[in-house]
Amino acid sequence: MKGYSAFSLLRNALGGHRSWKPVWRTPELKDSYDVVIIGGGGHGLSTAYYLASKHGIRNIAVLEKGFLGGGNTGRNTQVTRSNYFWPQSAAFFDHSLRLYEGLSLDLNFNVMLSQRGVLTLAHSHHEMELVRRWDNAIRINGIDSELLTPTEIKKLVPLVNLEARFPVLGGFIQRRAGISRHDAVAWGFARAADAHGVDIIQQCEVTGFDIANGKINGVRTTRGDVSAGKVSIAVAGHTSVMAAMAGFRVPISSMALQAMVSEPIKPCLDTSLGSSAIHMYVSQSDRGEIVLGGGVDAYTSYAQRGGIPVVEENVAALLELIPAFSSLRLMRQWAGITDITPDTTPIMGKTPIENLYVSGGWGTGGYKAIPAGGDTMAQTIANDEPHPLILDFGLQRFETGALIDEGAASGVAH
Amino acid sequence: MLRLACPHCGTRDEVEFHCGGDSHVERPKPDVSDTEWADYLFNRDNPKGLHFERWCHVFGCGQWFNVARDTFTHEIHGVYRMGEAAPEIDQ
Repeated sequence: MKGYSAFSLLRNALGGHRSWKPVWRTPELKDSYDVVIIGGGGHGLSTAYYLASKHGIRNIAVLEKGFLGGGNTGRNTQVTRSNYFWPQSAAFFDHSLRLYEGLSLDLNFNVMLSQRGVLTLAHSHHEMELVRRWDNAIRINGIDSELLTPTEIKKLVPLVNLEARFPVLGGFIQRRAGISRHDAVAWGFARAADAHGVDIIQQCEVTGFDIANGKINGVRTTRGDVSAGKVSIAVAGHTSVMAAMAGFRVPISSMALQAMVSEPIKPCLDTSLGSSAIHMYVSQSDRGEIVLGGGVDAYTSYAQRGGIPVVEENVAALLELIPAFSSLRLMRQWAGITDITPDTTPIMGKTPIENLYVSGGWGTGGYKAIPAGGDTMAQTIANDEPHPLILDFGLQRFETGALIDEGAASGVAH
Repeated sequence: MLRLACPHCGTRDEVEFHCGGDSHVERPKPDVSDTEWADYLFNRDNPKGLHFERWCHVFGCGQWFNVARDTFTHEIHGVYRMGEAAPEIDQ
């Protein structure tokens, strides 16, 4: 892999940018791999990268039915934070944030992490009490969190309307949280995994599994059958489809989550702002677009497109909080299919099938978990033993009752 | 935007309804294993394609009913009352 640097940029600029090479290969699918990873999104690619770089397993294929990073990895709103309520989530997501902090250097690919803070607003006295409790729990977990008064919020976000229909009474911020460039995360992991010998096979859909005596031996794909020592599923909204193919059930509902962007404008919002009460969050991208999202659509869907009622709710909530944005036009609106679990905590680790692993149930918050998800799944696959950070995230929690209910606890539903 | 035909009120926009998810989930007897109980409590059919689900007309008559809907095309194949068996659908 040729390293990127200021020097390489200068040299290519002087050469008229004619000598840049493709940053990953387009290999043919082989008959056999040590590990096959289903899904060429952030989680699949990072798992392959950490398997190759930290565990020395290099005979790996990442199978992607569409194009690389074209699913939820390219559809999310790029937020990274670790201000979770329960200790297991906080430890896992802070590991992820720390990996994000070093990711550009580690991958030699600028993921454009901008730790501009994620601010969550409260609109009633009851919500203020909950916010204080959240803030306290987050700090006990060793994560930075700060309560803000309306005056401090106004100073941070001058455009915000404190006297909205649901007035802003306060909020809490994680200043280390922020946004990064989601395509860069997919491309950076793909380039680094490829450099370690990982085969990334696009337009290759898995159509079945070769399972005998409760053990997986390979996968069937639209490009032929592949035998595999181990197989890992990282397919977000299609986790239930894969599980059904392998013969087990998962507590997941696939829901469309929408996002939208406005036309680009000059910098005016330098933090990520959200509210769980009115269920809206907004940030400004480096290109100047106002990026807006909210809650999931009301019914299960695999359609990758959302309904207009939710768009209307999101926009109404935004304009009440930031009236100045009423003069903006929306440029694009889209949806990704998110895999929602009953406790909004992911499902990671082993499955009832030997040598078949799953990383799913990411719901509306998988992007922030990409580095830690890959790191912990790689160790889990390499050792056939759950990584300590994901010990409590396994399917077994639904039988033991040890749910990690972040849905009710973590301030924002994402 | 979905338009659903409430069996009591007629066709209305989706914003009048609440989707209650997978229908025909049967509560097992109390002496089942933890695995079967967890399956009943948490696991739901989540197919890509035809799905039988419960909806409630919350901003109308308030009644629950069943819908046969395709989760990929969003096409509604039929509506039937609570307690009725899922219909045979030709796709």
